[in-house]
Amino acid sequence: MTGAGSLFMIVRHSMRRHVLSTVVTALSAALASGLVMAVFSISTQSTRAFSGGKVGFDAVLGARGSSLQLVLNTVYHLETSPGNIPWSMYQEIKADPRVALAVPYAVGDNYKGYRIVGTTTELFTDFEYQEGKRYTVSGKGMIFDPTLREAVVGATAARDLKLQVGSEFNPYHGIRYDPGSKHSELYRVIGVLEPTNTPSDRVIWIPIEGIYRMGGHVLRGEEGEEFEAAAGASIPDKHKEVSAVMLKLSSKQAGFFLQNQINRQGKTATLAWPIAQTMLDLMNKLGWMNRILELVAYLVVAVAAGSLLASLYNAMNERRREFAILRALGARKGTVFGVIVLEAGSIAGLGALGGYLVYYAILGVARAIVLERTGVVLDLGAVHESLYWTPVAMVAVGVLAGMLPAFKAYSTDVASVLARA
Amino acid sequence: MALLELTDLTKSYVDPDGRSQRILDIPSFTLEERQQTALAGTSGCGKTTFLNIIAGILRGDGGSVIFDGKDLSQLGEGERDALRAREMGYVFQTFNLLEGYTALENVLLGMLFGPGPDPARALALLDRLGLGDKYKHRPSQLSVGQQQRVALARALANRPRLVLADEPTGNLDPVHAREALKMIRELCDEQGAALLLVSHDPMILGTFDGVQEFSELNRALSTVEDQA
Repeated sequence: MTGAGSLFMIVRHSMRRHVLSTVVTALSAALASGLVMAVFSISTQSTRAFSGGKVGFDAVLGARGSSLQLVLNTVYHLETSPGNIPWSMYQEIKADPRVALAVPYAVGDNYKGYRIVGTTTELFTDFEYQEGKRYTVSGKGMIFDPTLREAVVGATAARDLKLQVGSEFNPYHGIRYDPGSKHSELYRVIGVLEPTNTPSDRVIWIPIEGIYRMGGHVLRGEEGEEFEAAAGASIPDKHKEVSAVMLKLSSKQAGFFLQNQINRQGKTATLAWPIAQTMLDLMNKLGWMNRILELVAYLVVAVAAGSLLASLYNAMNERRREFAILRALGARKGTVFGVIVLEAGSIAGLGALGGYLVYYAILGVARAIVLERTGVVLDLGAVHESLYWTPVAMVAVGVLAGMLPAFKAYSTDVASVLARA
Repeated sequence: MALLELTDLTKSYVDPDGRSQRILDIPSFTLEERQQTALAGTSGCGKTTFLNIIAGILRGDGGSVIFDGKDLSQLGEGERDALRAREMGYVFQTFNLLEGYTALENVLLGMLFGPGPDPARALALLDRLGLGDKYKHRPSQLSVGQQQRVALARALANRPRLVLADEPTGNLDPVHAREALKMIRELCDEQGAALLLVSHDPMILGTFDGVQEFSELNRALSTVEDQA
């Protein structure tokens, strides 16, 4: 057995003899380690998912107001709509040569809390939410006929609401579910989308005309004149309005020029471009929250280190005789010091390993919550650098915490301890 | 050259009143290779301090302790630790076995800081001492006599040239004490180790030729008596 092997033998015995305090201390180290990794990893992943994730569209055109509200409402299907813009504006931007694709959205209804978005079939035929990937209807489903009361349901919404092809439902007015605000129109599910792992999985898509014709919906269109669609009669374009227009631009320069034209010179609409930057601004504004979470994680590390120190230090009185005997057998002071430091490092190391379990448990729960609330997917397999440095740092903190009890062991007065034995 | 040669060894300690009390003043003491000798003395007369200085656990205030040509008083603590681990075995009155370890592991612990663990030798020693079937037992699972034998195996594990025994039979009944002493002496003889035993038990001391009275060796005691 080598010198290091000897130390490990003594450490292993000690840990076995103090199994309860070893386990409790290792658990607190695992919690601290897992928490630190989770805070850093989730923070980085969510920032990336919300600001750098592929959403398919480059820009959103909507009512004059906050770009962030516009993006949250149309890309992440959160928040309320900042207002509507007239149909003519949609037609204008659609015809603009700098725009490759323009898809209108009309919002304002839900089914049991899941958003209903009125749109055109281009969303399914021309739009790629990721390069080469379009929304695909699963099984024998189809995309809706824009003239009928048909719906295409996102994968998560379909699963949660138990909707399948052939299911029928009545939309509810507003973006929040209120059982008392049920619309009388009955919609039939014509298709269920394959999962995309995007916020769209939580959406129920219907023809935009359906939103206009929903009972009680008042259109104000271009001139602000109130208009309610009559059954069987067509709706003049001047009365139509959209909540937003999702844009795919032909070039980056197009975004720059359009932004200048719409946001600086115009007064009626807002162009949120680029979408990722809008979300990054939000993330930066929420940065303080991450700092607080990091601080909490560091505090948990400090508590774990304190508990390691306390557990080893308290055991020192009981172990003084053991160290005196080892010294009498020829163990050097440094060896005894090394035993305690190695023990502290080993407990912290065990904790750091357990930290991965804690990390994946936290990430799993966070993933489910974020997916449920926003449709954004956090990647369980993503490797953040904190997954490397946290365990190393945890062991280093453990070693540091072991220094004080190690020094106590180092200073054991062999002769007097043995004389009292 | 003697294995152990002490000259003008002194040691004092400060009592609770802050006064310096000399407890050892030994003009001369020698022990030859393989020699077995016993020192007789009452409790508290400084015998353990004397052994601790020889073992290098404590350092004398003055004089020299030459072991195998090396003056322990000139060695650093680490060097004394290494010398003790390699060349000396120590048998304590309370055995000082480690409770969390088996009999075999206790013997191996004695080897850890010397030449390194040799499980075959450790097992052979335990077997020689009649504990061949109890090497997996922890101290609390052994009788007092068996614990004493494990302590003896540990002291002899590194083939020491000197075994120090501090009241090694103090916790044993007369029958077991005699038996233990016999084993200590036999094993030291077999292993070629010198034995320096301190005791106050006349029965034990009676088995040695030429027992030295510690009070005659240690002038500090006679000074105290003179003062009294």
